[in-house]
Amino acid sequence: MPDKRITIRATRYDPDRDEKPRLQSYDIPFYDESMVVLDALNYIKSDIDGSLSYRWSCRMGICGSCGMMVNGTPKLTCNAFLRDYWPGAITVQPLNNFPLIRDLVIDMDDFMHKLKSIKPWIIRKQELPLGAGEHHQTNEQIDDFRQFSECINCMLCYAACPVYGLNNEFLGPAAIALARRYNLDSRDQGLKQRLPVIGDAEAIWECSFVGECSVVCPKGVDPARSQTSAEGISLAHAGELVDAQAPLLPICGARVHGAAAGDLAAVASL
Amino acid sequence: MDFESYDVLVVGGGLAGLRAAIAAVEANPRVRVGMVSKVYPMRSHTVSAEGGAAAVMRPEDSYETHAFDTIKGSDYLADQEVVEAFVREAPVEIIQMEHWGCPWSRDPDGKISVRPFGGMTTWRTCFAADKSGFHMLHTVFQTSLKYPQIARHDEAFVTKLLIEDSRCVGVVALDIRTGRFDAITAKSVILATGGLGRVYAFTTNGNICTGDGMALAYRAGVGLKDMEMVQFHPTGLPFTGILITEAVRGEGGYLLNNEGERFLKRYVPNKMELGPRDIISRAMITEFEAGRGFDGPHGKYMHLDVRHLGEKMIDRKLPFMRELGREFVGIDIVKDPIPVRPVQHYMMGGVDADISGVTPILGLYAAGECANVGLNGGNRLGSNSLSECLVFGAAAGRHAAQYASTAKPVSANPVDAMLWDEARRVESGYLEKKDGHERMGAIREEMQREMDAGAGVFRTKEGLAKLIRQLGGLRERFERVKIEDSSRTFNTELLAALELDFMLEVSQTIAVSALAREESRGAHARRDFPERDDAKFLQHTLAFRRESARPRLEYRDVHITNFQPQARTY
Repeated sequence: MPDKRITIRATRYDPDRDEKPRLQSYDIPFYDESMVVLDALNYIKSDIDGSLSYRWSCRMGICGSCGMMVNGTPKLTCNAFLRDYWPGAITVQPLNNFPLIRDLVIDMDDFMHKLKSIKPWIIRKQELPLGAGEHHQTNEQIDDFRQFSECINCMLCYAACPVYGLNNEFLGPAAIALARRYNLDSRDQGLKQRLPVIGDAEAIWECSFVGECSVVCPKGVDPARSQTSAEGISLAHAGELVDAQAPLLPICGARVHGAAAGDLAAVASL
Repeated sequence: MDFESYDVLVVGGGLAGLRAAIAAVEANPRVRVGMVSKVYPMRSHTVSAEGGAAAVMRPEDSYETHAFDTIKGSDYLADQEVVEAFVREAPVEIIQMEHWGCPWSRDPDGKISVRPFGGMTTWRTCFAADKSGFHMLHTVFQTSLKYPQIARHDEAFVTKLLIEDSRCVGVVALDIRTGRFDAITAKSVILATGGLGRVYAFTTNGNICTGDGMALAYRAGVGLKDMEMVQFHPTGLPFTGILITEAVRGEGGYLLNNEGERFLKRYVPNKMELGPRDIISRAMITEFEAGRGFDGPHGKYMHLDVRHLGEKMIDRKLPFMRELGREFVGIDIVKDPIPVRPVQHYMMGGVDADISGVTPILGLYAAGECANVGLNGGNRLGSNSLSECLVFGAAAGRHAAQYASTAKPVSANPVDAMLWDEARRVESGYLEKKDGHERMGAIREEMQREMDAGAGVFRTKEGLAKLIRQLGGLRERFERVKIEDSSRTFNTELLAALELDFMLEVSQTIAVSALAREESRGAHARRDFPERDDAKFLQHTLAFRRESARPRLEYRDVHITNFQPQARTY
């Protein structure tokens, strides 16, 4: 395919100069079937326009830096293949729902604060001394939290989440999934410390169970499940709720919120 | 002017840096630790490590065997007392990671599992499926969030070490988001910036692996040790260079040539697929040259075949490999062999540091891949590097904290001037330069091609001499580089220029050190000197920077304790 080409439209925005973002079009050679959107951006940066800015590193779907909107869908650009779009043009934009820093670079400080807020570390009533050796844990016990531990913090789920789009106070899919990752770890005893955060009105109760987060996750994490289940575990552990299962039905977030807000106050006061 | 000021400043937020930061705080809870990383820590390249971390975890294993395997693997260029200390600390660190929540894969009885790995005589590689680096990095990063003493400066790029009276007192860092230059002062500084794979075109390394810490130390006058020792991993995916873990062979995968033959029987008959990386990579190139490789659109390759392992085992132990095959090659490794070829993967060489990470500059430490503490010598064994990051990251953190508690405070006066000078250097040299016309991408790609050609798996005098000339020419062209982006906000072109400046610097030390080592040892294979020469070269190379001249080389004897050099056969 000597002369195959493809059009990439990329968001350009420099806060020092531009009032608002615009799309710029680049016509580039599509010289190898293995090319991904990230290769196209690298081609543009290296050979056409050195000022195009975006984040990337591992180009193997594990570092989580290169998430962008590709034709309107949140994707890791390192495994979004040009051949799946060609001969159509590809529009590359910064991830939805985040403040924009520059071109395709979003501001993810909010997530970094939320991540810390859920205390994503093992909490024990009493630390096991190192000399005591390892905690025993079966692979089945790991299976309880495995999928939630696969989160690469790529932010695609936040870009897909309609609730986060409306209210960025919402804790959001990845942070809730990671709270769940620790709550479900047989070595952890920190559930009560995390409950005030994940049981907060702006946390799981805002989730409207659309499930878009799970659809876009590149690592097969199912944040939507973590949110329904997180409620279950928080309520079940509260031990004060007669009908802990009732709010788990996938219904509109507002109704869950309304129904359970009072119960959560009890949970939070544990 | 006010500066952020710390007791210990860690440069780099990967496994070694994070481990160092936590160790510093745990050694002395009053220590204030700063961490500067050019990416959010969870993006660090540790995330791409797959196979696992080596440690003696079983009664049938012994420190002595792990030490011997490592030293033999190093082709006797490791400092033996360093290896002996390392093997004792590694199991403690594995347990520490377990306590912090690392989801190590487990045996049926609930204990941490181990798997076989190349060059190891027994099973001692602890793993979290085939995403060990990812899980270890996220575990230690998330754990680091619980320490209020650790303050992070994410997405800040260190351009220079601050040296005052022969002592390191901090760094100058470019805040990527705002374009502002800051002096960050500290009583001690730990470099933990990782590798330099991006000086090569075909590498497993991510875009961020540009040798920053090595170049920073080199410019400050520290020697770079054994820079000719560059590891080529046998199994990278053609075109992308994405790593296919050695655990694929550890779990029983076969490496096959185009005759369907397990060709390693001619090279490492007793180890076969579990031979060390340097020898297997050479074997593959030799087979290619004999016409026994497959021809593909991206060069020659071999087959890595796991079909006989079965879907259940693959999904349990190698799920990420199946995902990579599906997403990046369009194959299902349960049904199809994986195309692989040797690929630059790891740097044994690095900043000259001792067993505690101490460098020759007071207050400056180094750990992890950017350092050369004497552990890996001429060839690192797979799964020793994650353990190395933990053991030597922790050692550097403790030592730096201890030093900081007795060190004099840093005086602001000269720092102010040094900050001003450094900011002016970058601004006038890049952002305000109007006469540049050389395309940066072109210089970078040419450097990478030349490094692949001249300093690859096999080297010759002619190839290295040519490489040195070419790198000199590229350095001259770099002086005329054109930066199109004049913005202060997230200027990744400026960042790429600063990284390329560092890469040109460290590339030259690789080429010059390799030319001078007229023998073949570990990963350094000279076609014109095919034998190891212990009489002349049982020594570390040290490369020192000179202004406008090739690096000056010195040599230092390897430390031998209990393992006399012998022929290295497997």
